[in-house]
Amino acid sequence: MANDANAGFREIEHTADWELEVWAPDMPALLEQAARGMYALSGVQLKSESRVSRSFNLEMFDEESLLVDFLNELLWILEGESLAFDHFQLQIEEGNLKTVLQGAPVASLKKEIKAVTFHNLQINRRKNGLIVRIVFDV
Amino acid sequence: MVELSDLVKINDYEWEIPVSFRKDMRVPVHIFATHHLLEQVSKDRSLEQAVNSATLPGLVGKVLVMPDMHQGYGFPIGGVAATRYPQGVISPGGIGYDINCGVRLLASNISFQEVRNQISDLASALDYHCPSGVGTKGSLRLSKKELNRVCVQGSRWALEHGYATEMDVRRTEENGCLPGADPSRVSARAMERGRPQLGTLGAGNHFIEIDIVDEIFNQNAANRMGLVKGNLVVQIHCGSRGFGHQICSDYVRELQSAVHRYGIKLPDRELVCAPLDSPEGQNYLAAMRCAANYAFANRQVLAHHARTAFEEVLAGKVKDWHLRQVYDIAHNMGKIETHKVDGKDVKVCVHRKGAMRAFGPGSPVIPDEYRDIGQPVIIPGSMGTASWVLVGTEQSMERSFGSTCHGAGRLMSRKKAKKTVRGEQLRRDLEMDGIQVRAGSMPGLAEEAPQAYKDVDEVVETVVNAHIARKVARLRPVAVVKG
Repeated sequence: MANDANAGFREIEHTADWELEVWAPDMPALLEQAARGMYALSGVQLKSESRVSRSFNLEMFDEESLLVDFLNELLWILEGESLAFDHFQLQIEEGNLKTVLQGAPVASLKKEIKAVTFHNLQINRRKNGLIVRIVFDV
Repeated sequence: MVELSDLVKINDYEWEIPVSFRKDMRVPVHIFATHHLLEQVSKDRSLEQAVNSATLPGLVGKVLVMPDMHQGYGFPIGGVAATRYPQGVISPGGIGYDINCGVRLLASNISFQEVRNQISDLASALDYHCPSGVGTKGSLRLSKKELNRVCVQGSRWALEHGYATEMDVRRTEENGCLPGADPSRVSARAMERGRPQLGTLGAGNHFIEIDIVDEIFNQNAANRMGLVKGNLVVQIHCGSRGFGHQICSDYVRELQSAVHRYGIKLPDRELVCAPLDSPEGQNYLAAMRCAANYAFANRQVLAHHARTAFEEVLAGKVKDWHLRQVYDIAHNMGKIETHKVDGKDVKVCVHRKGAMRAFGPGSPVIPDEYRDIGQPVIIPGSMGTASWVLVGTEQSMERSFGSTCHGAGRLMSRKKAKKTVRGEQLRRDLEMDGIQVRAGSMPGLAEEAPQAYKDVDEVVETVVNAHIARKVARLRPVAVVKG
């Protein structure tokens, strides 16, 4: 999905680490854009063959924690299995996130993200959806 | 937002943000910086983050900020905060994700002049023997049982397995082992991440560097450390890898709910914390110590690999190719220490995030051979610039919880550095200046360009003029290996 007024991400200047601004119409779309932004910052390139599918569920403590948990789960899969995703089916029901993700093995990865932080993390409501800034420790 | 006009000037190198600045502050913020260094961070969030840190429950003394400060997450980088033990809190975000990120310095009797034609071979051998780069795994594959032993023993594990000497262990902060580490407080995911990564450098700002001792400022201390003008030394900068990152992530997440249970209100969720005497605080402390010990062992294994590289290139070509440990010291750590506060000994948990421990002469916890000169402090520069060897002072003990700066400190964002610096061109420029570069990623190299950092000499002059460190020697880089 390309960046547009409804959904997207952009890198924000941060002295030592990486900061992303992410916006989307709703929470599942915000999670997807955040994942795409994180992969873009890391320079993830997928192999064109060997498509894979993964699914996992996460319990929601609050929206910000869910965002951190979701991105950390993707980092875990990236480091452990060298897999990343470009197709996201995300559903939030009764305080649980259900995911079905499709992707491929990673062909190249330029930068390592140590962690997704909670620094000043606040998902804000605006007229056409949600917006958040996420700081990654690199 | 904190404006420079909000700061109270104490002298040319020290400033204060009084507790009256914001109603949720519990203690003042004391900043070690020149006006010029303050101007450089005036547009980032360093000072605001320092004020936020000053709201933690149980703080004693002042929150301190070192001259290499820059914005981080939660605490500023360069932040030092001490909380009363055991009623005060411990904050994983005040220590950082790379628990016990630190620097090791190895000295040699190898004259640069003698081996100047072999520097390129040494850089390549270091690059070959010391695994680095994104997602790197090492040659060791630890079983869970063996990783548990690394967690508990730290550098002692490396000694038992032939990766260390007794002198290495003795010349490591805390003898390379924090007591109280408990692997049962570490998640299965962290253990999984830690198993293949021992003995790896990683990426980002981590590096191995060969330097020349360029100038000596304190001959007695330099002699004691084995630093000889014109000779080679090696610096190793890295931490606890994915093991520590996961432990910090786990506990920052877990403590999100704990702060509600303990009724702690914070201006930033990254500052989450728990009382040191609570189950959550004790669990984090025990897990953090595992990561700290892992990092000591990690730098030790890398030092072993560096020795292998030097032997491979120089054995038979120079009389003595051995690398001897000067010291190994953390700059992201939480430690239970006793310090004088208002004239009384107080047991505290000192959070150092991007700040070096700098214990002064007489401290019983530094090696005998350094006890009268003070603890060695290693301040890495920025690839193309000087690094420094300092020692702690009597005043660092009295005024900064035995702490000082940890490096040059970033100035330029990674985004801007990537835009303004080309990795390949930077490598050529550095090589023109006589610095061999081995880097896994050219964009990564560009992000770490010397121009992205402050002037390390100005940072060092500041801590010296504030009397929280003394100069021993300046180092000049001749080869850099980066992930």
